[in-house]
This record gives sequence, structure tokens and C-alpha cells, in this order.
Amino acid sequence: MPTNNYLPHLDGYVDNEGPKIVTSRFNDPNNYKISNYKASGGYQALESALDISPDAVAAEIKDAILLGRGGAGFPAGLKWGFLPDVYPRYLVVNGDESEPGTYKDRLLMEHDPHQLIEGCLITCYALGIETCFLYVRGEMALAQERLAQALNDAYAQGYIGKNIYGTDVGIDIVLHWGAGAYIVGEETALIESLEGNRGMPRLKPPFFPAVKGVYMKPTIVNNVETLSNVPWIVTNGADKYKEFGSEASPGSRMLAISGHVNRPGVYEVEQGEVTFRELFYGDNYCQGIRNDGDVKMFIPGGGSAPWFFEEQLDLPLEAKAVGAAGSMLGSGAIVVMDQTTDAVKACLRVVRFFARESCGKCTPCREGTSWEEKILQRILDGAGRPEDLDLLLDVGSQISPGDYPKAAWEAEGLEAVPFPPKQTTICPLGPSSVAPITSALRRFRPEFEAKIAAGRTTVGASS
Amino acid sequence: MTATESSAVKATTGVPFTLNGQELHAEEGELLIEACDKNGVHIPRFCYHKRMESVGMCRMCIVEVDTGRGPALQPSCMLTVTPEMKVETESEATKDAQDGVLELLLANHPLDCPVCDKGGECPLQDNAFAYGPGESRFVEEKRHFEKPIPISDLVKLDRERCILCDRCTRFASDVAGDSLIHFIDRGSSTQVNTFPDHPFASYYSGNTVQICPVGALTAAPYRFKARPWDLTGSPSTATVDSSGSRVLVQSSQDKVVRIQGVDSDAVNWGWLSDKERFIYEANVSEDRILQPMRRAVDGSLEPMRWNDALKQTSEALGKKAAAIGGARLTLEAQHVWQKVLADEFSVVSYDASLGDDVSADVVDSLPKATYDWAFNAGSVVVVVGQDLKEILPSIYLRLRGVVKDGSVELVEFNYKSGSLAKLARKSVQSRPGELAKDVKQAFTATPGERSSDLNCLVDTDKPLTVIFSRPNVAESADYLTEALQVIQSVRPDAHFLPAFRRGNTVGAQLAGLTPGVREVATEDEIIVEQVAVVGRPTAEILQEAANGEVETLLLLGADPISDFPDKALAEAALDAVNTVIAVDCFENPSVASANVILPVAMYGEVNGHFVNSEGRLSPLGARVTAPGLVRSDLEIAASLAKTAPQSNSDAQSSLETSHMLGSEPIAWDLLELSSEGARIKTPTKPIQRVKADVPTVADGLRLVIGNKLWDQGTIVENSRTLAGLCETFKVRINPADADRFGLTAGAEIVVKNAKATASVPFITDSSVAEGVLWAPANVRGFDPRSFVTFSESVCYVEVSAGEQK
Amino acid sequence: MSRLTSAAVIEAEEIIARYPRKKSALIPLLHLAQAQDGYVADDAMEHIAELLDITPVEVLGTCSFYEMFKREPVGKYLVNICTNISCQLMGGEELLHHAEKTLGIKSGGTTEDGMFTIEDVECIAACTEAPCMQVNYRYAGRLDEVRFDKIVSEIREGKLAIPAHGNLGDVKQHIPQERESGIKPPEQTEAPAWFVRRMSESESEVTINANK
Ligand SMILES: Cc1cc2nc3c(=O)[nH]c(=O)nc-3n(C[C@H](O)[C@H](O)[C@H](O)COP(=O)(O)O)c2cc1C
Ligand code: SF4
Ligand code: FES
Repeated sequence: MPTNNYLPHLDGYVDNEGPKIVTSRFNDPNNYKISNYKASGGYQALESALDISPDAVAAEIKDAILLGRGGAGFPAGLKWGFLPDVYPRYLVVNGDESEPGTYKDRLLMEHDPHQLIEGCLITCYALGIETCFLYVRGEMALAQERLAQALNDAYAQGYIGKNIYGTDVGIDIVLHWGAGAYIVGEETALIESLEGNRGMPRLKPPFFPAVKGVYMKPTIVNNVETLSNVPWIVTNGADKYKEFGSEASPGSRMLAISGHVNRPGVYEVEQGEVTFRELFYGDNYCQGIRNDGDVKMFIPGGGSAPWFFEEQLDLPLEAKAVGAAGSMLGSGAIVVMDQTTDAVKACLRVVRFFARESCGKCTPCREGTSWEEKILQRILDGAGRPEDLDLLLDVGSQISPGDYPKAAWEAEGLEAVPFPPKQTTICPLGPSSVAPITSALRRFRPEFEAKIAAGRTTVGASS
Repeated sequence: MTATESSAVKATTGVPFTLNGQELHAEEGELLIEACDKNGVHIPRFCYHKRMESVGMCRMCIVEVDTGRGPALQPSCMLTVTPEMKVETESEATKDAQDGVLELLLANHPLDCPVCDKGGECPLQDNAFAYGPGESRFVEEKRHFEKPIPISDLVKLDRERCILCDRCTRFASDVAGDSLIHFIDRGSSTQVNTFPDHPFASYYSGNTVQICPVGALTAAPYRFKARPWDLTGSPSTATVDSSGSRVLVQSSQDKVVRIQGVDSDAVNWGWLSDKERFIYEANVSEDRILQPMRRAVDGSLEPMRWNDALKQTSEALGKKAAAIGGARLTLEAQHVWQKVLADEFSVVSYDASLGDDVSADVVDSLPKATYDWAFNAGSVVVVVGQDLKEILPSIYLRLRGVVKDGSVELVEFNYKSGSLAKLARKSVQSRPGELAKDVKQAFTATPGERSSDLNCLVDTDKPLTVIFSRPNVAESADYLTEALQVIQSVRPDAHFLPAFRRGNTVGAQLAGLTPGVREVATEDEIIVEQVAVVGRPTAEILQEAANGEVETLLLLGADPISDFPDKALAEAALDAVNTVIAVDCFENPSVASANVILPVAMYGEVNGHFVNSEGRLSPLGARVTAPGLVRSDLEIAASLAKTAPQSNSDAQSSLETSHMLGSEPIAWDLLELSSEGARIKTPTKPIQRVKADVPTVADGLRLVIGNKLWDQGTIVENSRTLAGLCETFKVRINPADADRFGLTAGAEIVVKNAKATASVPFITDSSVAEGVLWAPANVRGFDPRSFVTFSESVCYVEVSAGEQK
Repeated sequence: MSRLTSAAVIEAEEIIARYPRKKSALIPLLHLAQAQDGYVADDAMEHIAELLDITPVEVLGTCSFYEMFKREPVGKYLVNICTNISCQLMGGEELLHHAEKTLGIKSGGTTEDGMFTIEDVECIAACTEAPCMQVNYRYAGRLDEVRFDKIVSEIREGKLAIPAHGNLGDVKQHIPQERESGIKPPEQTEAPAWFVRRMSESESEVTINANK
């Protein structure tokens, strides 16, 4: 049997002894095999779902307030309710995980592929879907292999395909894989990509996937982690699920904490129960900043999110609270930067990401992000001009007009501008490039000015 | 333009919305940008194009819209007006957003307006002027690409100028169906390009140049020929085929330098085929005949004076004379020629069609459809005959559009499947001699035997239009006639639309320049009396000439040696007559045997009218003066009238009252007026039913000679850039037949019948019906008409393996 | 360089059959071509266009959008070093420079022996293990100069069995015909019978409950 551990084992999962919903089987290294999965109760949620009516299953998920884990945090049950009475309908699993800092869907696919498959099958059953596409990021070779094996085994054993569990229910799951383009994580771009096209987003409206998705048919796009929660909810019920987490955000989240912490890793954390401070410093979690340092800034929800600073350390890890403070929990990616970090360099790196990943469809994003990158690079290369700083903000405002979230640093007394901001683009990728700029420039303008004044490159962000 | 036109008809019902504080109404489902246009509010745009699906990607048309959830910036080209929507096109936020997009578009755009073909008529330049910031804040190095690269023989692409609006690429894939240019790469490196070694060889490539909002795409024939501010234009109509596409003929320094499509709702929607667009190159061809010529004893041509030429012509026409051609003339010229020939010279043998199209009698007998009627949602179109893409390419685009979006069902009957076969409900492959039988079978089969795809043919709830053309010149025209009559008998409600290859064929029919029974309208009733048979079919004329019964043959821009189905007969006829007079602009195989050549004005050099296949009347505009000693047809005909032996010259006055619309053959009451101009209501009258004979079953394959858009037609051959587009001769055979006859790819095959033998290259092609040998008409390499005997209703050939190459 | 082999065509046909519309198979087929040649050759794109009934430039349009597809040969081992934010913070850029120095090539270049190509890539979803990289899309994390050099020499010595560039995995999805429930073009698909039946039954259940 082929194994894909050609290189030293790489796994960021940290068992923090907290509540376990989606990582309950992570401690079994062979859980990806169907025998192990079944031995620990796998595919029983599917069996019990088949015993009740599809709408009852959907109602249970809706009742559980299962928030989407792909970034936007939209309740899955509510989204499912938008499907018009049109067939065929499709389910597309978003496993394209590429947001900077995000690292959880890959683990879920590698460690527990059957849990995801079971979640897909239950969702398809609930929504009258016969074909599900599992879109895995192209660069995730091991996840693809494990899912392929899992699907083959589940087909062979009668969990997928014709007559599931001997019933008349038939559902196919097709494994699809990408080829390297961050934008394809955006749901309408994902659909374009699945149709064999360039991954360029469609405008919503009119192309809301639930109404006009794959092949212009109603389509539900859900994240890997979102769907991995489904079997647990069906087995244990919505009420039990809601015992975890906060009222608005029940359950747990998988969070990847990277950067300058002592114990970076992927943790399953109960929503709203922990603050950033506990997460960064707590013994059960990241155990402090390296070299006993302090946080200079941190990204609370992936590269697209506006930055937070020490004032926000005591916010609970919960979508509403973070949103009100001007950023987002997004894809559960927290990047911590200590005091040694060069704000200009960090800012450029995130901006460069968006410039490189712009699909090129909208003028403001295509031209604006690369212009932002060029200006920042010039400043870093020592060729900055004083007027470049306002120019940067101005170019940003052409992609994302109006004030960018400001409450994050002007905490006291100021009303938060909700994220996402206004945009002149089709999708939020272009506007996302503005987040690091406004974040860094508002907070650390003197650092930028110093670079311009020095007129030379500062070497080494930090090490 | 549209704004002022339609602001007169402001809607008072529909979807209420507020535009800059004004309460207005939009149509149900109308796009905001269109609703604004209608109300005289212009929103800048680049990617939006009325005739294509919006993509909303340039973001220039962004405006502030409040749908009840607070103001947001939305692209007006993607947003349908919803009730109570509030739109601000002048607000600070709108202006800022639009200025921003413009600055970003200009950031990487080269500042080469002074040397750009588009400079002066460039939407980017205009918008920059109207909305743009004063100077660029972009100090970085601009994006670089290799300077203009040819993406086809006709079009060059400068990627540095491209603003990635997706117009050309959308046109290529969505409208033309020739997805040969595409976005390549990603983000700020995105470019438009072709696949290596797969050029943008589309019949429609020129449209991309016209719709490119900047100077990224340029047409090889036009590049650097003129500056937009030097151009003057005349509205006109394309005459290379009978589509009747509306165009603007533009000139600079008395030379036609560009033809642009005009967006006519009823006809071509702004699109043109490259043939319609670039044909003007022939006007300035070096080979053009610029003065009257006569053939010397040694066979060479020598100049002569007009007076002598006219005198000689007049004398020759006074003897036993016949005339062929005239389908490409203006309606006025056709009318005057008919008058001069019949009344002044008593010539009764004349025919504007060359025996290779559908006869006037048949066309007259059928109730006609317009394009709009045919392509209306919910209808059925039956194509009988050739691939519309090859003969009426710009109308093909409209058919493709409605078939692709599913609003019209298409069924085709032909010997070689057309370009829409895959999208068609059914593509029935027939064989020469069996067309009528196959059509009958499809229309009259019992529901049980009929494939369900053909049910639309007999569903009387769906209006049915038959678009027909002569499917094959190597076969009797009667099969087509019978097929049409079968359809008419099963579906008396069916409408018909002829697809003539030659431009003003309907005009010639109306002017009486084609043979047939004529009926004339009187004041109160449309059809009253039958007039005697006039004219004579080309086939008979040529036969008589070959028999030595004709002394003079007048060629009105006709080349029977290249076009008449039986080449040998045409050659024999030209050989046998005493005098051949050619009214033409170039030498061609027929003109080569002319004794006198009268040089005639071309497209863009004469005024007049054109009647398209729908019967729609449209103007032909003179934009430039005819070069040299060239004269217009009308002038030549009128001068001849003066020299005629029994001159009583009615024609003279015809010339003076230069537009003939008050006099026969077109009575005013036959004109149906609409916003798109006049259409001639051609009355229908029955003709004799045809019962075509059943072909004898012979061995071998049945020859089909079909048309390609690019052939060796005289005008194409004399257009510098187009001449190279004509392929070399290859026959096509269904793979099953190739197997049957043991023909191997790559080898030549020997084609043979009683009349001729030839070794020709071939390809297998499953779109060709089994039992058929398909050969292109009039292309380089070989002339398949050598096999045709006009009197035989089906032409059989034998094939065998030739020499291995 | 080459069209798909007949074995690849058989695999391609199985992949195509899994989709309601042919063109959806485009990206998987491009991977197939890349697995065959190590990059996506023009001829392969033309072949794929034929299989999917689209034009070659439509294939190229999609192919060129995605970073993983290489249109020119690359090294047998593609070394993708992440320099995105989490890795940058932990020394990703320094790692990249070290790799460039060690292998004697710049990012984007290929060693003369055709063994290695280096790329400076965006986040590869292993951020907690920064700095990290992928070799032919197999991960290595918490790297430093020593560990990087060790991996390179183990690859050179054949001690690490990483398949050549283009091969993403040995296990492929295979849906046995008799198990497939029915993947049809969307035009020919209606509401699943089981769904209609169960939903109507559930409604009657609701009425029964209401009657109680
Ligand atoms: C630029 C961009 C990138 C995205 N990338 C991902 C991604 O990699 N994975 C993901 O699940 N969602 C991603 N999303 C969010 C998806 O559009 C979509 O909201 C999500 O898949 C829905 O699933 P959920 O409701 O289960 O969260 C992205 C969104 C944007 C705008
Ligand atoms: S915002 Fe950027 S990534 Fe998103 S659709 Fe527009 S160009 Fe593409
Ligand atoms: S014209 Fe509307 S976005 Fe381009």
C-alpha cells in the first residue's frame, strides 16, 4: 500500500484535551482506513439519518446553528433553505483551503476522510442531491490519496452509490482536485473551476450558487470543516451541539495558530469560551510568545482579515465579538507577530499574496493589488517617496472605497465598521489586500516613514 | 445616439425606479445600464456590449445603488432594475469609483494614442478625457508584451493596449462559436492570445476589431491607413451576399478604408463577416480595369474610347443578343438594364442568376419570413440546403444565437451537416436526388415512426420558417423545389426565407432581370395581372449560344465559366458567340474571352438600393469617386439607350428620376415600412408543382458541389488580404465510404465519370453524408464542375485509390 | 511533447464519465498529462481538447490559470518553499535563499542535472509547522538549513521515495459501474425519486401528528 509519508511526518494537530467534535478520532493514526472508522461508530449517523425524513435531517442541522467554517460564517441550515425547488441540485465541498495561515481542512481530510464523506452523504440525503463534488486543493497530494481510497472503500461497502445501506437512496461523490489558485476557494470561482474553466468568480447576484451554481443548477457549497460537523450533530442532536460554544456560535472551531508563539498548532476550541490572550498564553494552548516577547499584532482570521493588536487580546474567540471589533474570525487562521516583526515587510508579504492570486477579472483588483505591491516593494527597497503612503491608501480606496474598519485600533468610543467593507470588485479578494495596508499604515505609520527616510532596505524581518 | 432617439418615448409603465432623483420606469428585466441609456443618462462602460451577455468585469459602469439595504456600488451592466431601486450616477461615491477604475485602467496602458489606430475614436481616451484624473500617479514601469502579434491573417493584437474587457473573447466563443482566442495566464499577467499555431481563423474576426474598446486589436487591411478624424462615412449595405447587413462605408482621401457593421435590430445586429467587412480592398486592386478595352487580333487587350466602346456594344446588342448577370447591381441599375435590354434592344434572353441558385418562380411562390420572424423565440427553423455559415455568414450568427440559447429549435436537411449540427434538434443527412424524399419522410411520418426530435416540424403551435438555398449545383434544382412544396403542403402556415449567395438577387427578380412569370401591382390591389414570361434561364441561353444561335453575349458582372454548374457548356457558349461584351471591373475566366470590356464602378462608388433576402430595401451609398474612366452601370445602360437603334428612351427618364421607387417594378403599396426601413411584401402566387424524377441508382458516389465563404470569386481574388484565405481543393468523403473504397488518408484519390477524370486530395469527414463526394466550388486546385452534365439530374462519380503520396 | 498514451486515454475516459458535463474533466485531465510528461505539453493540450470537444486555446486558458500546471519541463523534484506570512515570520525567506544557494539556482530555475526546480510559493496550509515546503507536493516542515540539506541529499541518494513531478498519488478514485448511482447531464436529471417519495411521506407524517 502506498504511503505518502515520504518526508518526515508533518502534522500540526495539538490535542489540547478540550471538547472534541470533529477531531474525536484524530488520535488514531489509522483512522483514515474504513475499518477503523467503522469500528469507532462510523457511518452510523448516515444510517440513522436514512431512517428519518430528509427534511427532518435538514431541520436538525438548521436547529444546531452550524456556522460555515469557510470564512463567511453563514449558518449552513439557513443556506440550505435557499434552494429553490429545482433539480438536479449539487453539493460541492470546498476543500481548497489556501487562505494564508489556514490549516485545518487538510488535517480533516487526511485524518478523517470518512467523517467528511459521511457528512456529505447526510447533507445530500437531506437536500435531495444525487451528485456531490469533493473539491480538494491541488497541492494536497496526501489528502487526495486518502480521500480517493476512502471513497473507493465506501463505494465498495455500499455507503456511496446505488442503494445506500440497502435503501433506494442513491448518491455519488466525485473527487475533484484543483491545480493551484487561491481564488478558487471563493465559491463561485470554485464552481467555474469545477466546470473546467478559469477560476474567475461570478457576480452575486445573479449567480448565487444556491440558485444558479454548477451548470447553472442549484448548488450548495460548504467547507470541509462545516460538513465534518454534520455526522456528530446527527448522532448527538442539535441540543447537545448547542451545549458547546456560545449562543450565537455553537460548537467548536478548529483554529490554526501560527507565527511567534511557543506552541503553534491546530487546536479544536470551543467557540466563545476562550479569549485570544488565553489562546496565546494559556498552558493548554500556545504557551506564550517566543523569547518571552509581546504581541505586536496578530491576524485573527486569515490573510484577508484586518489586523488586531494588544487591545483586542481579551476578545472572545467568537464571530460576533470579533466582527464588532472590526475584523473577522474568517477561516480560523490566527497569525501572531511579536515585537521584532517588521510591519512594512509583513504588510508587503500579505499584499503580495493578493496581487499574485488576483484572478484578473476586475480592473481594481487586477491593477490595484499589483500597484499596491509595487509601491510597498519600492518603499522596502529604499525608493519610497513621502507621498507614497497616501497614494497607497488611495489606491486601496479604489478597490475598497470608504473607511476601512477602524474600530480595531481606535477601540474606545468609536463604532465599528463591519467587515467586509464596500468594494468596487466582484469578490472580496481585491478588498482583502487593503486590510493589511490600512492595518499597518494606521498603526505603524512611523515605521513606513522611517523606511522612506532611510531610503534603503532594512534586512531581515525577524528571525 | 440611442439616448436621444428613445428619450422621446419615455415609459410610463413598468418597473418604477429613481434615477438621480427622477422617478422613471424600466422594462421588466431590463439592465440598469440600458434603462439609463434610454433615459439619456450615459454611464461609462468598456466590457458591456448590448449584443453579448454582460460579464461586469471592467467595473467602469459602477454606480451607487440603493435597493433598500443602503447604498452600494454595483455594476450597472449586471444589475436588473428592481422596483423602487434608487440610482445615483452623479454622486460623489459613483464618481470616485469610476475615476478610480479609470486611473487603474490607464496605469498600465501605453501612452501611444498619437500612433494608435483607435486614437480619436477610443472609448478609453474619451472616458479618460471626460472622467479621468489629470495625470498619472503610476510611476512604476508599465507592463510589457511583445508589440503587435498577428493572431490571424486579418487581425493583429497589441497586448499592452488591451484592457481585458473580454469583448473579443466573448464574441469569439459566445457569438461566433469560434473559441480561438482566450484569456491566458492570470491576474495582472492575464493576456488575450491564441493557442500556438492555431490562429484566430474565423469568418468573423473583424468584429473583434470593431468592438475592441481600445486599439489592442487592429485589422491588417486598415492599419495605419487613416486617422479617425479624417474619415467620412456613408450608410450602406453589404452586397457580397443577400444578408443585407447594414454597414458604414468609411473613406479617407477618396479611398474606401474601412467598413464597420451597423447595429440594425432587424438585420445584422452590428456583426459582419470578414468578407462583408474587408471586400473593399478590391476597389484599389492594381488589376482593376480602369478604361474601356477591346481585344486586338493577337488576343491582347488595348484601350479604346468610351464612345467607340458604346457604339460597338450598341451594334452588337442590335444583333441576336443575350445577357447574363446583374445580381450584384443596384436595384436602379437592374431596372434600367432590364428596360434598355428589353425595350431598346428587344433582347429577351437575359438572366441575372447563373443557374446556380434558386429560381425566381420558386421564390415568388412562397410566403416569406423576415429574420425577426424566423428567429423569434418559440419558433422552429428548418434549414434546407447549404450551411448558412458559408453563404449568409452574418445571419448565421443570429440563427446560432437563438439555437444556442434554446429559444429556437433547428432541424437541417443537407448533404453535409452544417455548423450548427451539434446544436440542432436534428441534422438529417440526405443525398442528391433524395432531398425531397427525405424531407417528405420527416414531415409526413406517423408519430410512431418519427424520431421525437422531429416532432417540432409538425407542431403547429410553433411558427415554422424554412431557410433554403440551392444545396448542390451538381444536381437538378427540382429536388429542392419539390422539397419546399412538400413542406408547404404539410405546413401551409410555414414561412420561407431564401438564402441567395449573390447579393441583390431579390432586387434582380423584382426588376424583372430574371426569367419568370411577372405579375404587376395596380393601385388598389396588390396582385392583379400576369405579364408574359420575360427573360430566359441562363442554361437555355448558354445552350443556344453553344448551338450558334446567339451572336452577342453581354456579361453584366458575370463569370459563367466559373459559376455555371456545367463548365463545359459555358465554355462552349462563350466560344461560339461572335461578340462577348463584359461590363466588369476585373478580368476573370469569362471576361478573358470578351471582345469589349466596359469598366464599371464598384461598391462604395455608386448610390442606389439593395434588396436583401427578406425583401428589405436598404441604401447603397457612394462614398468615393470611381477611379479612372470607370462609369456606373446606370450610366452605361442609359448611354446605350441613347445609341440604341430604336431609341425612344424611357430609360433616359428613368435615369433622370434616378430613384425608381415610384415606378414599377416596386410599387409604393408593396412597401411595408418599419423603423428598420422598407420591406417589399412579395406577393405569393402558385407555380406548377414539380415532381422531380427519382435518380437512377448508379455505382459510385453522388457529387455535391458546395460553397465555402472564401473561394476564388473575382472580388475576393482581387482583395489583397482576403485572396490568401481561399483553401486549396480537397474533396470530402464519409469515413465509411473511404473504408468501402479502400481509400487511405494522405493519398490522393482518382475521381472519374464519363465526362472527366482527376486525381485529387481528399479527407474523411463524418459530417458528409454517406454515398456523397463533397467538393468545394471555385477553390484553388481543381474544378469539380468538370464532372457535371447539366441535363443529368444527379451527377455520379466513381472513386478509387490513387497514388500514395 | 506528446499526446496522451492509450493507457492515459482509458483513464481519461473514466474520469470524463464521472462528470455531468465533459469540460468539468479538464483540470483532472491536465493533471493526467502532467503525470505522463512531468509538464503539460502543447500536444497533450490539443489531445485533451479533442477528448473534451473544446478548442485547444480553451484548454490553454484553463491550464495557464493554475500554478501547478507547468508548460515547460521542470526538475524531477519541484521544491516549493513557502514564504507567505506565517513562514516568513519563521524564516521562510531565509530558507528560500539558502535553497537557492545550495542548489545554485534562483527561484523559478532548474538545476543543470534536471533534478530540482525551486519555487517561492504562497501558503501551503502547514502554517503551524513553519517554515515549510513541499517536494512534489509532499510536505516537510519546521525546516532549517541542516534539515533542508539532509532532505536534498537523501533525495539525491534515492533514500526518499518521492514520485517524479506530476504524480500526485497512486490511489485514484474508481467508481465501479455497478455501484454508480447515475451521473447524467443536468438537462436529463430530475428530482430523485427517493427524495420525492420520502418528502411526501414526511408531509403525511406531519399531518398525522397534527391530527393527533
Ligand atoms: C477569496 C476567497 C477565498 C476563499 N477561500 C476559501 C477556501 O479556501 N475554503 C473555503 O472553505 N472557503 C473559502 N472561501 C469562502 C467560500 O466562498 C464559501 O463562503 C465557503 O466555502 C462556504 O462554505 P461554508 O458556508 O461552509 O463556510 C473563500 C472566499 C473568498 C472570497
Ligand atoms: S476581486 Fe480580484 S480575485 Fe475577485 S473577482 Fe475581482 S479580480 Fe478576481
Ligand atoms: S461595463 Fe459594466 S463592468 Fe464593464
